[in-house]
Amino acid sequence: MEFLVDLLGSAGARMVVGLVGVIALVAVNALFLIWMERKVSAHMQLRPGPMEVGFHGAIQTVADALKLMGKELITPEEVDRPVYLMAPIIIFLPVLLSFLVIPFSETWIIQDMNVGIVLILGFSTLAVLAILMAGWSSNNKYAVFGAIRSVAQNVAYEIPLLITVMSIVLMVGSFKLTDIVAAQSKTWFVLVQPLAFILYVICATAETNRAPFDLPEAESELVAGFHTEYSGMRFALFFLAEYTNMFIVSAVATVLFLGGWRGPYLPGVVWFLLKVYAVIFLLMWFRWTFPRVRFDQLVTFAWKILIPLAFVNLLLTAFVLKL
Amino acid sequence: MMSYFKEIAVGFWSLLAGMAVTIRYFVKPIVTVQYPREKIQMSPRYRGYPQLLIDPETQTHKCIACEMCARMCPSQLITVEGAKFPGEKQKRATKYVHEHQYCSLCGLCTEVCPTSALEYSQDYRLAGYRREDCVIDHLILLQEHQRALGLPSTPVPTEAEIAAAAAAEAAAKEAKAKAAAKAKADAETKGAEATPAKKAPAEEVKE
Repeated sequence: MEFLVDLLGSAGARMVVGLVGVIALVAVNALFLIWMERKVSAHMQLRPGPMEVGFHGAIQTVADALKLMGKELITPEEVDRPVYLMAPIIIFLPVLLSFLVIPFSETWIIQDMNVGIVLILGFSTLAVLAILMAGWSSNNKYAVFGAIRSVAQNVAYEIPLLITVMSIVLMVGSFKLTDIVAAQSKTWFVLVQPLAFILYVICATAETNRAPFDLPEAESELVAGFHTEYSGMRFALFFLAEYTNMFIVSAVATVLFLGGWRGPYLPGVVWFLLKVYAVIFLLMWFRWTFPRVRFDQLVTFAWKILIPLAFVNLLLTAFVLKL
Repeated sequence: MMSYFKEIAVGFWSLLAGMAVTIRYFVKPIVTVQYPREKIQMSPRYRGYPQLLIDPETQTHKCIACEMCARMCPSQLITVEGAKFPGEKQKRATKYVHEHQYCSLCGLCTEVCPTSALEYSQDYRLAGYRREDCVIDHLILLQEHQRALGLPSTPVPTEAEIAAAAAAEAAAKEAKAKAAAKAKADAETKGAEATPAKKAPAEEVKE
């Protein structure tokens, strides 16, 4: 640690340690979330879920990951090679970058930037580009359809998401995530802005392409959507990005609405992770409850309901603040 | 305009109702059985393959090797052999093999048994790797059941024992036949007046 500080300076050492920590977190988080997803879905269907590998199937995902690594990387003949090979990497980059500004506790933050929330929202939009690249370059009708749907969906749901976040930013007066957490020292914003929280969670579900908004990879319609033509670790990267995205979206929800790392007795990091996994459980609960929406319903819902409600919420917030 | 808000409210309520259902199921106990690890209790009326039941009095089976089950079986899959052992009143099974792979579970063997020696098994895990795995030797199975219950297990008679029993039986029969012949001879010599009286009712029956 001291050696790193000598070599790179305080900020540089923070970056290196943070990057290592984030990569470890991403891997462990994905392993845990896939297991959790399978357990949650199983118990909602009165099944035990994975039970064979490890205690209650705890290391089943490790076995699955090893299997995926051993698989052949099939590249179909007619694909647009450079784009096809780049897409899994590009989908993973913004996911890693978003961790830069997430405050795990008062001190556990890689770089506390004054554009924090904007940076996360900006990077999460990049994932759409990767999905479009993957779908288009695969030269497969199902993949293209998945990509098209993904773009339409993300464009539609980005707007209410941003407006909802804006209403929080209006209250705090800062884009900095630590400031937003500091502003919730008395009450969590979920109590002040319940409508904003609901809107945010709905948009977050759509942003992470999860059921009931999982049209880009609708299994019953599009085989596997945009990643139909990917196999082995390339597919695993998409999978990893999806689950890490869930973590980021939930982390942002925790920071914006649930008071971040604040909580009694336990250290800040523990509180933060507890809240994040609670939000993730909510997302999983959605997935195993609601059927997939039709595409027209999806777009209608965004433009006719979410966006007007988000605007109303923003106006009300501005009005109340100016009073 | 009102219908717009009503639609949102009703829709939101229906989402919450759905989530209430899934969370209720989430905390319910699971119903799936981990097949090779766990065993379930079958209902008492479950009709598995027939097996020799343990008589509570004698703590062994009641089979008298009458072969009624073997004759009744529509698939002819039961092989019963028995022998009469010296000092015992009735025959006793020395071999009872049930080739379960052919069994249609009709239960006729259980119903026809004059001593009610058979019962339906509760065992439902009958998968095997080979056809031979399905052949059930009931005398050995009975020993397993007895061991599980802590009872003394009934030994399966060996070839030598069966041969000895058969020889003893033959000798006994011979002795009996000799005795009968002797008795007959004695009766004939005793008097001719007894025989016509015995023959007369037989003739009446014939008519």
